[in-house]
Amino acid sequence: MSASPSVGLYGDYGGRYVPETLIPALDELSRGWDEASADATFRAELEELLERFAGRPTPLYEAARLAPPGKRIFLKREDLLHTGAHKINNAVGQALLAVRLGKRRIVAETGAGQHGVATATVCARMGLECVVYMGSEDMRRQAPNVDRMGLLGAEVRPVEFGTRTLKEATSESIRDWITNVETTYYLIGSCVGPHPYPAIVRELQAVIGREARAQILERLGRLPDAVVACVGGGSNAIGLFAGFLADEEVRLVGVEAEGAASLSSGRSSVLHGSRSSVLADGDGQVLDAHSISAGLDYPGVGPEHAHLRDTGRAEYVTASDAEAIAAFHKLATREGILPALEPAHALARALDLDAEATLVGLSGRGDKDLAEVLAR
Amino acid sequence: MAGPETPELAAAAVSGGADIVELGFPFSDPLADGPTIRRAAERALAQGMRTAACLECLRSTRARVDVPLVPMTYSALLEAYGWERFAEDAAGAGATSLIVADLPVDLRPELCRVQLVAPTSSDERIALAAEQTDGWLYLVTLTGTTGARSELSPELAPLVARARGLTEAPLYAGFGISTPAHAAAAAELADGVVVGSAALEAAREGTSGLERFVASLRAALN
Repeated sequence: MSASPSVGLYGDYGGRYVPETLIPALDELSRGWDEASADATFRAELEELLERFAGRPTPLYEAARLAPPGKRIFLKREDLLHTGAHKINNAVGQALLAVRLGKRRIVAETGAGQHGVATATVCARMGLECVVYMGSEDMRRQAPNVDRMGLLGAEVRPVEFGTRTLKEATSESIRDWITNVETTYYLIGSCVGPHPYPAIVRELQAVIGREARAQILERLGRLPDAVVACVGGGSNAIGLFAGFLADEEVRLVGVEAEGAASLSSGRSSVLHGSRSSVLADGDGQVLDAHSISAGLDYPGVGPEHAHLRDTGRAEYVTASDAEAIAAFHKLATREGILPALEPAHALARALDLDAEATLVGLSGRGDKDLAEVLAR
Repeated sequence: MAGPETPELAAAAVSGGADIVELGFPFSDPLADGPTIRRAAERALAQGMRTAACLECLRSTRARVDVPLVPMTYSALLEAYGWERFAEDAAGAGATSLIVADLPVDLRPELCRVQLVAPTSSDERIALAAEQTDGWLYLVTLTGTTGARSELSPELAPLVARARGLTEAPLYAGFGISTPAHAAAAAELADGVVVGSAALEAAREGTSGLERFVASLRAALN
C-alpha cells in the first residue's frame, strides 16, 4: 500500500491527526519500522517467536458439517493461537520493535481484554513493563481477562470517564504516550491510529492472509470465491484480506456488528489520530457503539478499510447480535468449535453468502464470551 | 469552554487583564487535554454546545469584549462542518484565527491558524510552524496533556531558546501554567502566557473568581 511518509494516506484516509508532541515519536516509529522490516535478523526473530511462542502456522480447517449443501467453508484457525486470538501476531511484532527502539515501558488499550492479554503476555516474555488502559465498564464485563493481565504482571488502569469502554481506553493510552513519549512505546491493538500504526499492524497481521492463501491453494487447487472476516478496528480482516487484495476475482467481505457499523453507517471523521469512517453525529462528535461483542464495540475503523470500501475492492455488511449468537451455536454443535462472538459475525454472513468456496477468518476463541452467550 | 455563561466570563477575564481569550469548542475525544478541560468539554456537550451553538456563543462574546477571540478545537469538528466553512463562519462570528489541537503543521496547510510546537519538536518543524503560524506561535511548555501542574516545566526554557533562534514571531507559552508565579517565570522567557485549566477552575467560582484570578496573573506579569 502506498503510504506517503509524511501523512500516510489511504486515499483520503489515514494521516496523523495528533498533537504536535507525538510527531517526532511517529517519525521515529516509521524509521524504526522500515529498518526493522528490512533487517533479516529482526524478521527471523519475529518468525521464531510466532512459531514457537505463539503457535504459527495456524491450521486451515474445512467446516464440512457447518457449510450449507453444495458449498464449502474453510476456517482460518487464529483461535488456536497462544492467548486465543490473532492479537498475539501484532503484540509480538510491536514488542520486538519497542525493544529495538530502546523503549522498555509499554502502554496498550484494551476493550474485551484480548489485546491487553496478548500485550501482557508478550511483555512478560520479554521483560517489559506493561500498563493496560481498560474502561471500567469493560473491566466489569470481562473480569477474567483483568485477572489474567494481573497474573502476567501487567498493571491494568481503569478508565472512569465517558463511555468507560474501548474508545476512552484508547484516548487515555494516547494521553499516557504523549506524557511519557521519551520512555514509552504505545502498542496499539488494531489497524487504527496515526500513521504508521495502521501500516505496521496490517503488515504484522498479513501473516494470516499469506498462510491462508497458500493453504487454500494447496487444498482446493484454486483461490476461494470469497474471503470473509469480522471488522471492529479491522486488524484480523486487513491481515486476511492482505493475502488476496491482488486477486481481483476473490470477493472480500468485512462484517461489522450492526450497532457498531463504522463503515456501513458512519461518516468521514477524525478519531484517535486518523481520518476514517467513524460513527459520529453531524457535528463530528463521536457516538457510542453497541454490540454484544466487546471486540467490535468501537466507533472507528482502520483507514485502509474505509479506502477499500470507497474503491469497491472490499464490501462491508453487518450482522446482528442475534445472528452472531445463532452462528456461535451452529459452529459449536456442528463442528465442536466455540468461536469468539467477533468472528461469529463473520460466520453468520458467510453462511448466507452466494459463493461456492468461502474462507472465513476465525479470529478468536469463545471462552471469554461464555457468560454473554449463556445469558441469552 | 463555550457555554451560556461564556460572554460574561470572557468580559470578566478581559476586565481582569486578559489580552486574548481562547474559546473552547468541545469535542467528545480530546486527546491533548487532561482531566479539567476534558470534563469541561463533557459538561458543555451535555448542555448541547455543538458547533452552531458554539459559533453563536462566539458571536455573543464578540459583542461583549474587544480583545481577540480564538476558538480552540479538534479536527473532527472542522471535518464535519467543512474546513473552509468553519474558518469563514468563525471569522464571521468574530474570531481572530483558530487553534486546532490535533492538526500538526504539515496537515491542511491551507487552513490559517495558530501553530503549536512542543519540546519534542525538531528545529525544522519549529521553523515550519513559525513560518505558517497566524500571528503568534503557541509553545507547549511540556511533554504531556493540558492541566494544572505544581511547577513550571523545565522544558520551556530550552524550547524558547531554540524558537528564538528560528523565528521573530511572538512566542506564547501554555500548558501547565497554573499560578501567578508560573506566569511570571514563563513570561521571563516567552512573550506571553496561555492559561487554560487553571482559568476554568477559577471560573467555577463565577465571574468574580475568574476576574480575580486573571488580575493576579496580570499583576505577576507587570
